[in-house]
Amino acid sequence: MSATIVLRAATLAAALAFGAAADAKTLRWSSQGDILTMDPHAQNEGLNNAVSDHIYEPLVTRGKDLKIEPCLATSWKAVSPAATQFKLRPGVRFHDGTPFTADDAVFSIERALAPTSNFSPYMQGITGARKVDEQTVEIATRGPNPVLLAQLTEVRMMSKAWAARHNVLKPQDYKNKEETYASRNANGTGPFVLKSREADVKTVLVLNSNWWGKMEGNVNEIVYQPIKQDGTRLAALLSGEVDFVLDPPPQDIPRLKKDPKVKVVEGNENRTIFFGFDQWRDELQYASVKGKNPFRDQRVRQAFQLAIDVNALKTQVMRGLSTPTAVMFAPQVDGYDRALDAVTKPDRERARKLLAEAGYPQGFEVTLDCPNNRYINDEKLCQATAAMLAQVNVKVRLNAMPRATYFAKIQKFDTSFYMLGWGVPTFDSLYALQSLLRTVGQGGDGNFNLGKYSNPKVDAAIDALKTETDPAKRKALTREALAIHKADVGHVPLHHQVIPWAMRANVSVVHRADNRLVARWVKVN
Amino acid sequence: MIAFVVRRLLQGVFVMLVVGFIAFSLFNFVGDPVSLMLPPEATQADRQEMRVSLGLDKPFHVQFATFVANATQGNFGISLRLGRPVSTLLVERLPATLELAIAAAVLGLFVGIPLGVFTALKRDSWTSRAILTTSLIGVSLPNFLIGIFLILIFAVWLGVLPSFGRGDTVMVGPWSTGLLTTSGLRALILPSVTLAFFPLTLVMRLVRSEMLEVLRTDYIKFARARGLTDNAVNFGHALKNTLVPVITITGLQLGGIIAFAIITETVFQWPGMGLLFIQAVQFADIPVMAAYLCLIGLIFVVINLVVDILYYVVDPRLRLDRGGAGGH
Repeated sequence: MSATIVLRAATLAAALAFGAAADAKTLRWSSQGDILTMDPHAQNEGLNNAVSDHIYEPLVTRGKDLKIEPCLATSWKAVSPAATQFKLRPGVRFHDGTPFTADDAVFSIERALAPTSNFSPYMQGITGARKVDEQTVEIATRGPNPVLLAQLTEVRMMSKAWAARHNVLKPQDYKNKEETYASRNANGTGPFVLKSREADVKTVLVLNSNWWGKMEGNVNEIVYQPIKQDGTRLAALLSGEVDFVLDPPPQDIPRLKKDPKVKVVEGNENRTIFFGFDQWRDELQYASVKGKNPFRDQRVRQAFQLAIDVNALKTQVMRGLSTPTAVMFAPQVDGYDRALDAVTKPDRERARKLLAEAGYPQGFEVTLDCPNNRYINDEKLCQATAAMLAQVNVKVRLNAMPRATYFAKIQKFDTSFYMLGWGVPTFDSLYALQSLLRTVGQGGDGNFNLGKYSNPKVDAAIDALKTETDPAKRKALTREALAIHKADVGHVPLHHQVIPWAMRANVSVVHRADNRLVARWVKVN
Repeated sequence: MIAFVVRRLLQGVFVMLVVGFIAFSLFNFVGDPVSLMLPPEATQADRQEMRVSLGLDKPFHVQFATFVANATQGNFGISLRLGRPVSTLLVERLPATLELAIAAAVLGLFVGIPLGVFTALKRDSWTSRAILTTSLIGVSLPNFLIGIFLILIFAVWLGVLPSFGRGDTVMVGPWSTGLLTTSGLRALILPSVTLAFFPLTLVMRLVRSEMLEVLRTDYIKFARARGLTDNAVNFGHALKNTLVPVITITGLQLGGIIAFAIITETVFQWPGMGLLFIQAVQFADIPVMAAYLCLIGLIFVVINLVVDILYYVVDPRLRLDRGGAGGH
C-alpha cells in the first residue's frame, strides 16, 4: 500500500517536473511505411526495431557512436568460454510498474529463441539463458561467441508476467490466424510508453517519467504517421505538419537544402551496394555464351571491375550521396581496414585486353538482375553500369524487378549477374563475411553468397573468425579474407549508401549509420 | 420478377467467382511473401517451414478452393503485413473510404448539376466557356496530379489545409467518423475535391446536354407561352426531366468512386481500403489483396443488381418482353 503511494507520488513529482519544463515538445515524424508490430520479437525490420528501441530495451545497447553501452545490464563477464553472466540494472520498472527481474530477462531470451521469433539471426550461437540470482542472468553459447554483445543489442526485454497474462508467451504466430495482444500493446522498460496505435495511421508514444536513464533531449511525446507518397510526405514537412522525415527522396535533396525552413543531415549508412557473379554453373544461364561460364575466369570479373567507374556512379547517379568503396562493408563495422579500401581506377583499355585474353575479344551478352525499389537509385545504378560495360563490348540486358519478386528469384541462386546491398546490424565483419563470402553451407554460411563465390582460404579465415575472441587477431583474419576476396574479384563493390534525413530547421538529431532516429537525443526548439 | 432476380443473383455469384479466381491467380505473380516476412538471413529450411505454415506449398486449386470456402464465411485469413484478421482490417477501413466517396459524390452532384444548368442556359457566355474548358482539364489530368497540385497550393503555399491523413476521428458505434471534428472536416476537403473532379465534370456535361435537348421540346415552348417565369420553366419543368439519366449515372459512378479512391487515398495518406490495398501489393500481402478485390467486385455486383431491379420496376417494357417470351 505505502509502496504504491510512494510510487504514485514519484510519478506525480516527475510529471510535474516535466510539465513545468516549458520546453517539453512533441516530435511528429514520418517515413514511407508503417511500423509492422509492437511485438519486440516478431519483425526484424529496420523501422520496427528503431521504434521498439524506444519502448523495449535490450541488455546492452548502442550509443551515439554505435559503440556498445550498458543498458538493462550494468556489467558482464565471461565465466566460461560458453557462458557469460550479466548483472542487471537495479530498480528498473516496466511501464505497468512491475520490477524488471532476472526471470524477465531469461524469459525474453527464450522468447527470442522461439521458432516463431523473427530474431534468429541475432540468436545464432546462443543456446539459452538461466537465472543465477535475482540480479544476474547467465547466457549460454555454443563455444566462445565474439559477437554476443552485438547480437544482444537487438534482443529486447519483456515482462514475463505481462506476457503470460495476455497469452503472448510466444512471438506473433501466423499459424494460429489470430492477432496477438502484443502486436498492438506494449509494456517495456524504455523511455517512452505506447499511448495509442492505429495501423497505417498514427502511433503515439509518451515520455516514461519513471525511466531510469537520463533524457538528453526535450521530447515528451512522439507521433509517428506513415506517409506513403514521396510528394505528400515532403509537403507535410514543408508545411510544418511533421517535424522530421526519415527517408526524403534523393532527387529532392538539393531543393530541400535551399529551403531555409528545412535542414538536411547526411551520414553514412551501414549498407554496402555491390554486384555479384554466378561463379558456380558450368554454363552461364542468362548469357550469349554457350557451353562455358565466363565469370568463372578471374580475368573477366576483373575486366568488369575495371569497366565500372564507381566515382562516376557517385556523381552521375547518386548526386554525391554515396561513399565509393572497394570492400564489402562500411567503415563503422569492426574489422574495417582503410588500407584495403582503395577504389579501383577504371581502365577500359585493360578491361578489353583482359576480356580478349579470357577468350572474349568481341565481348558477350549477359542479363543483369536488379531491384527497382529496394536501394537508393538501384535501377539507375544498373542502367549506368550497363552503359559503362557497353564500352568494353559487354552487352548488358537489364532485368529490373520490384523487391518482392527480385529477392524471391535471386535467393534461389537463379541469376547470372545481380545487385545486392548488405547491412551489418551487428557492426562486426563476421556477419558480412559469413553471409556473402563464405562457401554456401550450413548455419548461415554463404546464405547470401548468391553467385556461390568459393575460396578455401577465405573459408578458413572466416571459420577461424567465428570463435576467435582476440580483437587484434580478428582484425587480421578479416583482413586476410578481404584481401584474398579482393584479388579474386569475388564481387564488385560500388559504394556505401549515404542516408539523408530531412527535418524542420528547429529540430536537432543525432544521425546514426543504422538509420535509426533516437528520440531521447532529439531537441525541438 | 422472382425468376429475374434469381437469374441476376446467379450471374452475380458467377461474376464473383471469376473475380476471385482472377485475383487469386494474379497473386502468383506479385512475388513471394515469405521472402519479405523472413529476414534475409533466414535459411531455406526456415522459408519452407513458413511456406507450409501459410499453406503456400499446396497446389493452386487447393489454395483457391480453401480460399473460396473461407471467403463465403467472411474469413479472408490474416494479413501477412499487419498480422490481424483481414475482415477486421476491412471493416476498420470501410468508413474512411465510404465517407470520402460519399463526400465526393455529393460534391459532384451539388456542384455539377447547377453548373450544368448554368452552362446550358447561358451557353454562349464567357463564364460558361471558361467552366467547360476547365472541366476538360479536370477530366484529362490524372487524379494524383490534381491531388498534388491541391496539396502544393493549399497545404504548402497557403498553409490552410492539412496535406495528409484524416484528422481526428470519433467512434460512433463501430463506425469511425471524421465528420464530427473540425480537423476531420478540414482533412476531408482536399481529397474529396480531388476525387469529385471526374464525377463532377461528368454530371455537369450530362446535365448540360440533357438540358439543351429538353429546352428545345414543345412542352417547354408551351410553358413559356403560358407565361410561366423563367425559374419555373428551367427548374420546375426542364431540370426535372433531365434528372433520370443523372441518377442512373450517379449510382453507377458511386461504385467507380469507391474503387478508384485508391489513387486519391494514396496521395493523401487517407486511411481507407484503397491505401490498405496499395500497401498490401507492395508487401505481397495476398489475403488483403484478395479480400479487397472481392469486396470491390461485390460492391459493383450489388450496385448493378439494384440498378437492374430498378429498371425492371420502372420500365414496363422489360416486364412485357419477358412475359411474352415465356408464353411462347
